[in-house]
Amino acid sequence: MTNSNTDINLAAERRRRISFGIALIVVGLAIYLLFAVNTQPGAMTTFGLNLLGSQATVVPDLIVPALPAIYLLAALAVFTGAFQLARGIRSTGWLVGILAFTFVTAFLMWGAQDKSFNLTGMLSSSLVRATPIALAALCGVISERSAVINIGIEGIMLMSAQIAVVAATVSGNLYVGLIAAILLGGLVAAFHAFLVIRFKVDQTVSSVAINIFGAGATSFISSRFMQAAGDKMNNSGTFPIIAIPGLSKIPILGPVLFENNLIVYLTLLLVVVMHILLYYTPWGLRTRAVGEHPKAADTLGINVYFMRYVNVILGGMIAGIGGAYFTIGSVGRFDEIMTAGKGFIGLAAMIFGNWNPIGAYTSSLIFGFADSLQVKLQILRVPIPSEFLLMAPYIVTMIILTGVVGRAVPPAADGQPYEK
Amino acid sequence: MSKTTAPETKEKKSNAIWSELLIPALAVLSGLILGAIVILVSGENPLLAYGALFEGSFGNPLDLFQGLQIYFATGETKELLRSIYPFTESLVTATPYIFAGLSVALGFRCGLFNIGAEGQFFIGALCSAFVGYSIKGLPMIVHLPLAILGGALGGAVWGMIPGYLKARFGAHEVVNTIMMNWIAFRLSDWLLNGPMKSSGFRPVTPNVMETAELPRFFPDPLRFNFGFVLALLAAWFVYWFLFKTTLGFEIRSVGSNPDAAKYAGMNIVRNFVLVMVLAGGLAGLAGTAQVLGVDHWVGQGFSAGYGFDAIAISLLGKNHPVGVVLSALLFGILRSGATDMQSMARIPIDIISIVQGMVIVFIAAPDIIRWLYRIRTIKKEETVLTRGWGS
Repeated sequence: MTNSNTDINLAAERRRRISFGIALIVVGLAIYLLFAVNTQPGAMTTFGLNLLGSQATVVPDLIVPALPAIYLLAALAVFTGAFQLARGIRSTGWLVGILAFTFVTAFLMWGAQDKSFNLTGMLSSSLVRATPIALAALCGVISERSAVINIGIEGIMLMSAQIAVVAATVSGNLYVGLIAAILLGGLVAAFHAFLVIRFKVDQTVSSVAINIFGAGATSFISSRFMQAAGDKMNNSGTFPIIAIPGLSKIPILGPVLFENNLIVYLTLLLVVVMHILLYYTPWGLRTRAVGEHPKAADTLGINVYFMRYVNVILGGMIAGIGGAYFTIGSVGRFDEIMTAGKGFIGLAAMIFGNWNPIGAYTSSLIFGFADSLQVKLQILRVPIPSEFLLMAPYIVTMIILTGVVGRAVPPAADGQPYEK
Repeated sequence: MSKTTAPETKEKKSNAIWSELLIPALAVLSGLILGAIVILVSGENPLLAYGALFEGSFGNPLDLFQGLQIYFATGETKELLRSIYPFTESLVTATPYIFAGLSVALGFRCGLFNIGAEGQFFIGALCSAFVGYSIKGLPMIVHLPLAILGGALGGAVWGMIPGYLKARFGAHEVVNTIMMNWIAFRLSDWLLNGPMKSSGFRPVTPNVMETAELPRFFPDPLRFNFGFVLALLAAWFVYWFLFKTTLGFEIRSVGSNPDAAKYAGMNIVRNFVLVMVLAGGLAGLAGTAQVLGVDHWVGQGFSAGYGFDAIAISLLGKNHPVGVVLSALLFGILRSGATDMQSMARIPIDIISIVQGMVIVFIAAPDIIRWLYRIRTIKKEETVLTRGWGS
């Protein structure tokens, strides 16, 4: 048995090596055919490194001759591919990284030739756009670590987004809105937990009911009350940008990391806190035990149901913050179905991040980057229909789910109800 | 899921049917009561609202009576047709629901959760419209089946992709079908503003040729058409496929216990792909029925809400074709009536989504209903609807 298993593993390993090698070479050729051929020989691409209105020290922009850079990137991709075919590189992360880096950079060189492209601006907006995705992913991580699947994050975020803006506008205080969003998120998640733990409802079905209910309820309230009330209910303003003194002066990093609003900082803080909680505290150990082997945890005197309730509700509160981001964190008003699938993208980020907080945040950044790239490209007027650029985050989600899920390992008891 | 059909007395059987129907009926009732509370809270009279809903979906019985009277007295059908208009509209609304509900039900039977019916619906509608308007000069007997086939194929392709990714790589179909939905919306935005745009100002496709339209049973404002018959045929097909063929048995086995099915030598990968192709095709046909039977063109947001409605319908119908047809009729009635309720009682149509969400919860958690209404029958019928990530 073990022998044939290792044979299968070896075959799979060889297949992986060859397919990655071929993919890299194909990308190299694609860079040449798509971008190098269409680039003017003398064109220069300017990458702006300063953000307008930022406090950071001004640094000179990066100006790169487009064509040679594209050739270099194509060569890098082909060379890595050839090396991979011949010798093999162990780290999948590096391979995917080089693949994405060469293609995206070459694409930018080509798209922004003879124009200026603000790199710092894009990195900054990647971080901002990653925030709701990351919060959704963190919600997923915490509840699935205790083995409760919650696909209803989208619905929770939608409802929280709405209550945040209404509470903030009516009370005139953004913090009231944030707290209302967190409480509602926790409440809806508690309902989900109640259904799946007490009544053992199928977890996916219960979450979908939350999504349908969320979409219906928010649209109902929006068209029944908010449209008539107008600015009296639906114009809250947004959290101001807080520049952290000193750190925000650093070029590039300053505007990207240290000039953000409360919710973005809160997200970064949550990632760290959750990592520590999950891996360095008894509570985290218990949570993971409940997610991996509830029976064993129960035998050791851990209250499985209690842990699940607490984690799912905490997750709902985090999703509530994510919902608040959509309104009081970014535009200051609510529109119907404004979450646009971000909750589901967050789930993909959670899977890609292997159910741990830091991984989930890193992969959210990738989605945030895809999202902001798409916006920038529309501004640059790259000759690709904007609708196709808008598809990018969704396609990236599918590719990541497909390529990674085989390797990613969910908590062993994920999705299973526990019966004593 | 497959119940053993041991020889039962007739009485027992009818009892079983009643108890099967009891919980869905109570779930719908509870959903409507909660909806009434929401209406009450939002400051309107729920009785008036539901009255408008009833009239909007069934018509006014007095009108029908008058219509019949006039018809028998003079042979004039105008009044009669006007009085049955609301009910035929309910059937028209139910038609795509039957297809889409069957699509989701088929997925559930194989343990796959197809949330992508909405995208498949849209792609199916676009493909049908394309075949319908771009090919000219064919006789109806060729053109109509071709347009229907186009829609089914489009939906099938849209369903096949997540099915294959699930079967081959274990990528979860819930996320992938939702992503396919968003891709379908963006793709349709592009198609409707570009290659498929009609000559007018709005982003809609040209009207399909008359030879590609599903024939209507009554003269004009009544839109009741042949699509409804097709939907019933599809329901019969799904029933036959699931319960009378070997393949259907395999699919149900994979759905109820994939490990056992695997050890019995059934091909899980093939079954997953096959089911998603069929499910996609059915959802595509839902779009086809809507475009060829009712609207004759496709515009933006054409598929709005069908996917989620289909999930509710499938669950309410216990993933059985007959149940799906019945619950699709119910939703057709609710949706079509809700439009009138919106205009007459100023209740936004979204109230129906709230009711739907609650109905799903109640159906998925029959214990709540049993507890609410103090029903004692404890009939354990464990159904695995979905599984976790991967696997």
